[in-house]
Amino acid sequence: MSDALGLWGVPLAVASGAIRVGTPFLFVSIGECLTEKSGRINLGLEGTLVLGAVTGYGVSLQSGSPWVGVFAAGLVGALFGMLHGWLCKLPRVNDIALGIAMMLLGMGLAFFFGKPYIQPIAPMLPSLPLGFWSDSPQIRAALEVNALFFIGVALAALLWWAFASTRIGLVVRIVGDSADAARAMGYPVDLTRFLATAAGGFLAGLGGAYLSLYYPGSWNERISSGQGLMAVALVIFARWNPLRCLLAALLFGGAGALGPALQAVGVSEGYYLFYAAPYVLTLLVMVMTVSPGKQLTGAPGELSIQR
Amino acid sequence: MSQAVADKTALTAAPTTRGDLEVRLRRGAETVAVPLVALGAAAALFSLFLMLLGKSPVDFFALVAQGAFASWFSLQNTLQRAAPLLFTALCCAIPARLGLVVIGAEGALALGGLAAAAAGIATASAPSVAVQLVMATAGIVVGGSWIALVGALRHWRGINETISSLILNYIAIALMNHFVEGPLKDPASLNKPSTQAIPEGAMIGAIPGTDVHWGLVIGIVLCVVLWVLMSRTTFGFATRIVGGNLRAAQLQGLAVGPLILIACAIAGAAAGLAGMIEVAAVNGRANASLVVGYGYTGVLVAFLARHNPLAVVPIAILFGGIVASGGLIQRRMGLPDATILVLQGIVFVAILASDTLYGRWRIFQPRSAP
Repeated sequence: MSDALGLWGVPLAVASGAIRVGTPFLFVSIGECLTEKSGRINLGLEGTLVLGAVTGYGVSLQSGSPWVGVFAAGLVGALFGMLHGWLCKLPRVNDIALGIAMMLLGMGLAFFFGKPYIQPIAPMLPSLPLGFWSDSPQIRAALEVNALFFIGVALAALLWWAFASTRIGLVVRIVGDSADAARAMGYPVDLTRFLATAAGGFLAGLGGAYLSLYYPGSWNERISSGQGLMAVALVIFARWNPLRCLLAALLFGGAGALGPALQAVGVSEGYYLFYAAPYVLTLLVMVMTVSPGKQLTGAPGELSIQR
Repeated sequence: MSQAVADKTALTAAPTTRGDLEVRLRRGAETVAVPLVALGAAAALFSLFLMLLGKSPVDFFALVAQGAFASWFSLQNTLQRAAPLLFTALCCAIPARLGLVVIGAEGALALGGLAAAAAGIATASAPSVAVQLVMATAGIVVGGSWIALVGALRHWRGINETISSLILNYIAIALMNHFVEGPLKDPASLNKPSTQAIPEGAMIGAIPGTDVHWGLVIGIVLCVVLWVLMSRTTFGFATRIVGGNLRAAQLQGLAVGPLILIACAIAGAAAGLAGMIEVAAVNGRANASLVVGYGYTGVLVAFLARHNPLAVVPIAILFGGIVASGGLIQRRMGLPDATILVLQGIVFVAILASDTLYGRWRIFQPRSAP
């Protein structure tokens, strides 16, 4: 029975893996999208992701409820975003370099407080069995989808709608495109960016909780392997559009699921090279989408990465 | 930072030599004072962190001093750990002169070490000196091209160098794992997959009378050489113009692309050489011991040194000491090994936030009446 699908198992595993592996990408990338739309970049989301993972795991273990853990992870992420937002507000502080520092600080704090949580098993997030109609255990397993994925999809749509047709979305876009214009119109530039960075941190924290509470579903020091960082590149690929962030997250999730899927059908040659696939893909899409000396469509004009 | 460099070059061109000296002294004092303030603030924040956890900050810093510098044994350990930091800090400091934040040292070190080990194994039958030279060349070429790729992507494709260098770190580590666990694996290395050992005779020895390997001396010499290159040659001057004002550099007809490429290649060569030295002087083979965060700590060292290759030397030794005392702190205070990471993170954030202090204190500003 388990071999009933044969090689067809590979595309199925990649498709379900795209959702399973792509969900953290989705949260971090829509968070980063919001932050970047306000004209600031937060490279520290990798640290936020790891910190969110350990917070979610720890709180879930202590409280017995994974959803409390998810919320706590978001709050810690928001606090971390606030720190980044507040420091970036100071004149002459480089937001890209500061992001790297926040990434290292976040990982340090996560490893520091995470030591006691490596062994115990916390309550996990439940998944929705969307494969109930099928007899094949592989299809059933592939269609176990976590509720957070649907929350992420809804948030991406909400964010897209907010940017396109709400007043708040417009203010964020003005601040991101021209701080001078926003000031002239009387909108608070620093406050908007501060809030956008905090909200972006909240979303990245949720993505971290997904990592430790659903997939891979445990806490260890290698829980995140640069997802937070790739998400930053992914936002550029998605041209700062939350809906395209969703597609890009699924694409990257699929690339990440390729190695394990091939390994499952016995192709173990070059496992570590497949492991590098998402990073190579990131670099390739950047090479293909970015061009020197030209503003990308949809790029916020104030973004320091666009210089 | 680029603004400060531009100000400096404009001001040092002032006609009177007395005013010139005063400007230099005041600016120089500022570049020492601000990082010291940041270090102090970071130490205070970290003390607060320890006190909240019910640990004594006094004990902590006493243990760091003891574990890093108190005895001849601990001092040698510190210097041993400082050696790779010299190179990885240079990997960040040199491109920073052009205004680029490159953090690819971790990956360049890993690949440099891997290439050096592969080269050493392939030429094992040659005389020891030849093997060492081939290994060093392999490390330099691979590391240099790796970071040069970052520079090329930046200049010709407009890809942010920070993001690409970080991504390349992950690719480099995946490549190293592939070779160490696949084509180059020594079947005898079961617990910790490694390449074959390089020939015994090709190992880099210790400085006579110490346990510290020659890599430390090579690193310090490289710091001095690169300081001369960056501050006393036309090449260094051209890179400072690019870093200060890209548009002005282009109008002057400076070849910005090649300058970026060369600076990045030098930076990567330094990190690749660090990998070769770690293999040839410490591990004897390439394995996961190359990926222990020397690259990221080096970035921190470079920022603390304000990207001055000479200032890299004392700061690398300071951080070598902090890393070296990690074990002692773990044993005596019952703190996890990540404590050092937290301390480094706080220092890093403080040092970047302190950029906002430049130009704020009147005492460091030159008197305006000439």
